[in-house]
Amino acid sequence: MKIERNAMAGTLESSDCMVTVEPGCGQVELDLESAVMNQFGEQIQNVILETLKRLEVEDVRIRVVDKGALDCTVKARVECAVYRSIGQKDHLPWGGAIR
Amino acid sequence: MRNAVGREIPDEILRLTGKEPFQGNCYKEGVEYRKQGPIVKPVMDRNTSKLVSSIREALIKCGAHDGMTLGFHHHFREGDLVVNMVMKEVHDMGFKNVTICASSLGKAHDPLLEYIEDGTITGIESSGVRGKIGEAISHGKLKGLAIMRSHGGRVRAIHTGETVIDISFIGASTCDDYGNCKGIGGKSDCGVLSYSFVDGQHANKVVAVTDCLVPFPNFPADIAMTRVDYVCVVDAIGIPEKIATGAAKPTTDTRKLMMADYCTQVVINTPYFKDGFSYQTGVGGASIASAASLAKIMEERGIKMGFAVGGMSKGMVDMLDKGLVGKLLDTQDFDLFAVNSVKRPNHHRISAGAYANPFNKGAFVNKLDYVVLAALEVDVHFNCNVVVGSNGVITGAQGGHPDAAQGAKCTIVICPLLQGRIPAICTDVTTVTTPGESIDVVVTDYGVAVNPARPELLEALQKADCVPLKTIEELRDIAYSIVGTPKPVQFGERIVGIIESRDGTIMDVVREVK
Amino acid sequence: MFLNAQKPGLIKDPYIYQPDSIMLDLEDAVAEKEKDAARFSLYHALQEINYRGIECIVRINGLDTDLWEEDVRCAVAGGADGIRIPKTETAGDVKKVEAAVEQAEQEFGREPGSVLIMAALESAKGVLNALSICSASDRLFGIALSGGDYTKDLQTRITGTGVELMGARQLMIIAARAAGVQCFDTVYTDLNDMEGFRREVEMIHMMGFDGKSVINPRQIAPVHKIYTPTEKEIIFAQKVVREIDEKKKLGIGVFTVDGKMIDIAFYDGAKRTLALAKAAGVLKEEC
Repeated sequence: MKIERNAMAGTLESSDCMVTVEPGCGQVELDLESAVMNQFGEQIQNVILETLKRLEVEDVRIRVVDKGALDCTVKARVECAVYRSIGQKDHLPWGGAIR
Repeated sequence: MRNAVGREIPDEILRLTGKEPFQGNCYKEGVEYRKQGPIVKPVMDRNTSKLVSSIREALIKCGAHDGMTLGFHHHFREGDLVVNMVMKEVHDMGFKNVTICASSLGKAHDPLLEYIEDGTITGIESSGVRGKIGEAISHGKLKGLAIMRSHGGRVRAIHTGETVIDISFIGASTCDDYGNCKGIGGKSDCGVLSYSFVDGQHANKVVAVTDCLVPFPNFPADIAMTRVDYVCVVDAIGIPEKIATGAAKPTTDTRKLMMADYCTQVVINTPYFKDGFSYQTGVGGASIASAASLAKIMEERGIKMGFAVGGMSKGMVDMLDKGLVGKLLDTQDFDLFAVNSVKRPNHHRISAGAYANPFNKGAFVNKLDYVVLAALEVDVHFNCNVVVGSNGVITGAQGGHPDAAQGAKCTIVICPLLQGRIPAICTDVTTVTTPGESIDVVVTDYGVAVNPARPELLEALQKADCVPLKTIEELRDIAYSIVGTPKPVQFGERIVGIIESRDGTIMDVVREVK
Repeated sequence: MFLNAQKPGLIKDPYIYQPDSIMLDLEDAVAEKEKDAARFSLYHALQEINYRGIECIVRINGLDTDLWEEDVRCAVAGGADGIRIPKTETAGDVKKVEAAVEQAEQEFGREPGSVLIMAALESAKGVLNALSICSASDRLFGIALSGGDYTKDLQTRITGTGVELMGARQLMIIAARAAGVQCFDTVYTDLNDMEGFRREVEMIHMMGFDGKSVINPRQIAPVHKIYTPTEKEIIFAQKVVREIDEKKKLGIGVFTVDGKMIDIAFYDGAKRTLALAKAAGVLKEEC
């Protein structure tokens, strides 16, 4: 999937995270800031990268500001931002690329 | 060397501090010692005036010098102006290597950061620190070791002479020209001066700092003139609205109410809940709510509390009003209700030593049936951490936690299972501040765990079938199943502080954050 | 208990409050521009959060929007136990959703017929069509009153007395029973008036409703308290069941238990009391 325009999803409330995506310069560039970096930074990073991989996003600048979100929320916010960036709202691949 | 809570205390730290590793709560039971007395400069001439015109003059007259130790109390809480005022003068006079021995330090003391960085302050002894001082210590900016000790532990350290206070500055809400100090009255009314009693008795020089000079004699005094060298009148010693932060509003947070309900059920279904029982509680939302629901049940069943001890707030004052508690034994006032209640009969001011010093001939905490406490983390060995945050930075205070926890027959710790994504129930706490042997029941929003060392409490709660009982391991597993297994905080090598146990042995060390 | 599907803090562990069913909302609670976000959040919550056996129903957006069909796909794919149709007016509405659910079940490999439907009646027309709505689909397990919209349609408001909802409540419970489905009452929005809430729950309990919709965990315990049979009721029901079983063998039709005249017509009611007591955890042995 190709990121077409800047998009954002999520909030800065506790247990949530805010994800911003913009077209990249040929690769995945992740900027992660987390309230629980020490304990879960690596795990969150893996979730983000795996989610992008499933969505076949290979060229993106993604910024995630995490406020202690669970993995399911991180995935949901990343997916939401990506689909917003391509403007797709219906016929989403539930259970496929979204997993 | 590995201590009784399984923490490795490096030999260099044992050598450097001359301390032993923690070896269990009652390791020092009955071990005799001689109390350290202060240096006393007599005042016999009736013409001698104790009034000084400035903090600087007080410092000069008290023989301030490099490497001195200064004492402070924290009754003005986040509204305290005394510590900063004195330290600014100490800094401006160019003193170095000063140790602060305070009953606690908070965000109000962020300005001290500058003095830590420039070497004015090189030692900190406190029940805890928050804000910028905590960050500074955790980032290795303090030259010496920070010592975190409980309220009872501070009194012990001063009694044994382990800490000798050269000059103590006692912020007094009211004071006369001869040094009779009270926590009551004036602009900066804080109710009690409990943490300063020991300074009055043991500091070599005592300076009363007040913004409300009253006619002699300011009586009955919390700190008597017989112990005070100088009196310094300043414009303001505190910011009133930050001293008594106001009564905490009754919480409507269902999660907290649920934990409060579990806590209340634990209290009323364990064997110590009978007429004349004793109790201590904190000022967290759940603790306050639990005290309120407990009061209701006490009324229904005609059960009265013999005494309540520790920090006071509206809930306990209400109970006193309703005749539900015999005596309030007050060491600290959290709101104006408590401050104003101090003057009434059956609301007594007690010293931090009487409250919690493990090295006197028996403290009030030893007579507690129940104490309700909070914690940042509790591990499967029931060890608690109340000082070091999940990012490894020092950001809390032991206060009376280890004291009351050891003393009470039933120690209940309330904490939500998850703080955001951080599991509060974990395999090993980041830093041990209160040993698991002191903790009997842990109340979370996901269930209640009883320390297996207390089978009779477990049995009572099983029989009552009043709360969802889990093992502590089950609670941890639930937490980890929801958020994942957290990685331990990565620390650097350098040790920046020690957590001292009540008896002066070393409970744990705090390392620099990476 | 209603929960905004778009709020991570709300949907992460509602089970600790022990509701019987959670209603993950994609409709009114979710802001218009977050409708898409709510679906992602819903899907992963359904997939990954262990709701510990609590029934998960998804309230989809209204059939007058272009959102509801994707809502159904998302909910079915995620593994929801049921779909709640808002603003149901006719049996046709139910059939429309039924078709979408069927298709989604097929698309996402869920067992045919496993996703149930409930219909919320929110207008005069919907209430009057209650019986045909109740009978519109085999998947339809219950109807629920939505008092806010309904009273607007009636050109009145929620008064706190319950008088404005009297007719709808009666009609709906009668229709539901006639069709053999469940019937649930509307929410009570004044969180600070717990006494008023309790009175309302007592009333709808007496009317025959199967449950109450709640908007805050605080409201759960009072509902359970009112709906849980008392010890006296349980003992009486046990006696009734035992006596009827015994007397049936002896060929006796009418007899007395604790001075009350009892016949076979009491059998189902007594069984229901015991089942409810068991579900509420106040009765442990088999009944």
